[in-house]
Amino acid sequence: MFSLLGVPPQVLFGQLLLGLINGSFYALLSLGLAVIFGMLNVINFAHGALYMVGAFVAWLLLTYLGLGYWWALVLAPLAVGLLGIALEKSMLSRLYKLDHLYGLLLTFGLALILEGAFRHQYGVSGQPYPIPAALQGGQNLGFMFLPNYRAWVVVASLTICFGTWFAIERTKLGAYLRAATENPTLVQAFGINVPVMVSLTYGFGVALAGLAGVLAAPIYQVSPLMGTNLIIIVFAVVVIGGMGSILGAIVTGLGLGLLEGLTKVFYPEASNIVVFVVMAIVLLIKPAGLFGRER
Amino acid sequence: MRTLLLAGTALLTLAGTAIPAAAQVSDNVIRIGVMNDRSGIYADLAGEGSAIAARMAAEEFGNKVAGAPVEIVVADHQNKADIAASKAREWVDTGGVDVIADVPNSAAALAVQGITKDKKRIFLMSGPGATALSGAQCSPYGFQWTYDNYAMAAGTGRALYEQGKKKWFFVTADYAFGQSLEEETTKMVKSLGGTISGSVRHPLGTSDFSSFLLQAQGSGADVIGLANAGGDTVNAVKQAAEFGITQSGQSLAGLLMFITDVNALGLQSAQGLMLTTGFYWDMDDQTREWSKKFEAKAGKKPTMVQAGVYSAVKHYLKSVEAAKTDDADKVTAKMREMPVEDMFAKKGRIAANGRMIHDMYLAQVKTPAESKGAWDYYKIVKTIPADTAFMDPKQSGCALVK
Repeated sequence: MFSLLGVPPQVLFGQLLLGLINGSFYALLSLGLAVIFGMLNVINFAHGALYMVGAFVAWLLLTYLGLGYWWALVLAPLAVGLLGIALEKSMLSRLYKLDHLYGLLLTFGLALILEGAFRHQYGVSGQPYPIPAALQGGQNLGFMFLPNYRAWVVVASLTICFGTWFAIERTKLGAYLRAATENPTLVQAFGINVPVMVSLTYGFGVALAGLAGVLAAPIYQVSPLMGTNLIIIVFAVVVIGGMGSILGAIVTGLGLGLLEGLTKVFYPEASNIVVFVVMAIVLLIKPAGLFGRER
Repeated sequence: MRTLLLAGTALLTLAGTAIPAAAQVSDNVIRIGVMNDRSGIYADLAGEGSAIAARMAAEEFGNKVAGAPVEIVVADHQNKADIAASKAREWVDTGGVDVIADVPNSAAALAVQGITKDKKRIFLMSGPGATALSGAQCSPYGFQWTYDNYAMAAGTGRALYEQGKKKWFFVTADYAFGQSLEEETTKMVKSLGGTISGSVRHPLGTSDFSSFLLQAQGSGADVIGLANAGGDTVNAVKQAAEFGITQSGQSLAGLLMFITDVNALGLQSAQGLMLTTGFYWDMDDQTREWSKKFEAKAGKKPTMVQAGVYSAVKHYLKSVEAAKTDDADKVTAKMREMPVEDMFAKKGRIAANGRMIHDMYLAQVKTPAESKGAWDYYKIVKTIPADTAFMDPKQSGCALVK
C-alpha cells in the first residue's frame, strides 16, 4: 500500500471523510449567510447565535415537551425562521438604506445578546442531546468507523444545499428574488411584494442556521458558545467563496472542510488557522472570492 | 496644665492603639481579587462560583479580619494570558488588591505568578494545573491549592495502569496546561513500565474531535488520555462514544475532569470514567453542609476549584488574623506555619514550593442506575494519601526548596 508523507491511506481516507462532514456544516451555514448577503446585502453576524438557538430549541423541545429529534428537525428551523422574520421586520428592515456596517453592527449586537441570555440561563458547559435511536451505531468501512449519524448529516446538508441552489438559480421564485436584489423598484412595479419577499428570505436564511443547529446538537454539546466557535470560520468560507455566491459558499464550505481535515493529520496545531491562511491568499489574488463577481 | 497633659497623653495612647492596628493593614481593607474565566469554557467550573466561594469564606469572618473589612473583587481574564497580566498589574498597582485568587488556565496563571512574585502579593491558585507553578516558576507568595497535573497523572494514570492499561495515546490541548498534563502523565506511565504510542495537539476550544479521536483509535493504544479540560473534554468524551471507541475496547481517561463536566455530559455518556479529584461534595457531613450552602447561592454543587478557592481564602484570612497584618511576608509565614483545616482539606500543609499538600481522591463516575439523583455522580474508589498524591517538592525544580 502507498503512504503519503508517512501517513497510511486508511488514516487519510478517514480524515478526508471527516473533513467532508465538517465541510457540510460549513456549507450549510455559509449558504444561509450567502443567501442573506446576496438578497439583502446584510452581513448577518447573528448567524452563529441563531445556529446556537436552533440547537437549544431542539434541546428545549426534548427536555420540556418530550418531542424528539425528528420533530426538532422541522420545528426548530421554523422557530428560528420566525424569530428571524421578527428581527428583520422590527429592526433590520430600517437599516437597508444605510451602509452595510450598520447591519453588521446590529446583528453583531443581537448575537451578543442572544448568547449572553443563553449563557446566563444555561451556563457554558452545555447540555447533552442524544443521537436519535434510528441513527445510532455506525458502519465499519474498513478504513474507519463511520457513525450513522454523521453519514446522515452529510446527506441531509448536501441535499438542502443543492436544493437551495436550485431554487434560487433555476426556478421562477428564485428569479424574482434575484431581480428584486438588482432593482427592487422595478420588481415591485410588476406587482410583487418585495418587502415580504425580503423578510421571507431572511427567515429562510436563518432557518438554515437553525437547521444546522439541530443537526449539530447530537454531535456537539448544546452550548451557548457553539455559535461563536463556528461563525468566524463560516465567514471566512463566505469570503473565500465570494460574498453572496451560493454555489461558491457550498463548494468552498466542503473544500475547506477537507483541507482542515488534512491539516489535522499533518499539523494539527494549525487546524484552526488554515482556513484564514487560505482566506488571506484568496483575498490577495482574487479579492472578490473564488466564485464572486466584482460589483 | 496637668489635666491638659493627662488628656494629651490619654489621646496619644488612644491614637497609639488605634492607628497602628489599622496601619498594619494596607489602605485599611483586605482586598481579594478573584480572577478567572467568567464567560468562556471554564466559566462553569470556576467563574462566578469561585467568587461566591470566596465571599462565603469572608462571611465566616464577618467580612472583617485584623480590624479591617474584607472586600472581594472579580475580573474576567477571558483565558488570555495578556489580559490576565494587565488586570493583575492594574489590581496591584492601583486597585489596592492584596491577594489574587483562583486563575484557572495555566497560561494566565503563569503570567499572574510573574507579577505577584515581583510585587510581593499573595497568589492563591485553585484553578490552574501546570506543575511549573509550584516548580520552575514557583514564588514565595504563590500557593497551588486544589490539584495539579502531577496529582492528576499520578492518581488516574496509576489507577488505569493497575487495571492493565499500559499503552497510552494523548489528545492534548495545545497550551501550557495541556502540555504539562501530558508530560506528567507520560513520566508516570513510563516510570511504571508503560508505553506511549503517540499524541496529538488540538487548539483550545475545539468543537470537533473526530479527527483526533480517529488518530487515537488507529494508534492501537489501550487508553486515550484526554489532556484537556472543561468543554474540550466534554466534547471529546461525547464524540468518543459516537465513534465507538469505548465499545471497541479502548478506554478513555479524562485526566482533568470536573463535576460540571460530568453534569454536562450526563451519566449516560460519562459512566465508568475514572478521574482524580481534590474534592467531592458528598464525602462527609462537613462537605455536604458547605455544598448545600453553596448550592443555595450558586444554583449548583461546587467543583473542586470552587471549594479550593473557599479553602485558600479562608486559610489566608485566618493567617492575616493570626499575623495581625496583611504584610505579605508575615502572612505567608503564618500560612506555612498553620495547618490547613477546613471542610476541603484535613491536616493540609503547605510545602516549601508553595504546593498545598492534602488528600486526593480517585473517583469513578456512577452509572445512571447507581445515581440517586442530581449531582450524585461519583463513587470514591480510594483516597490517595497526601504523602503520595503530590510530587516530592525536592523534585519539583522550585528554587525555594533546599
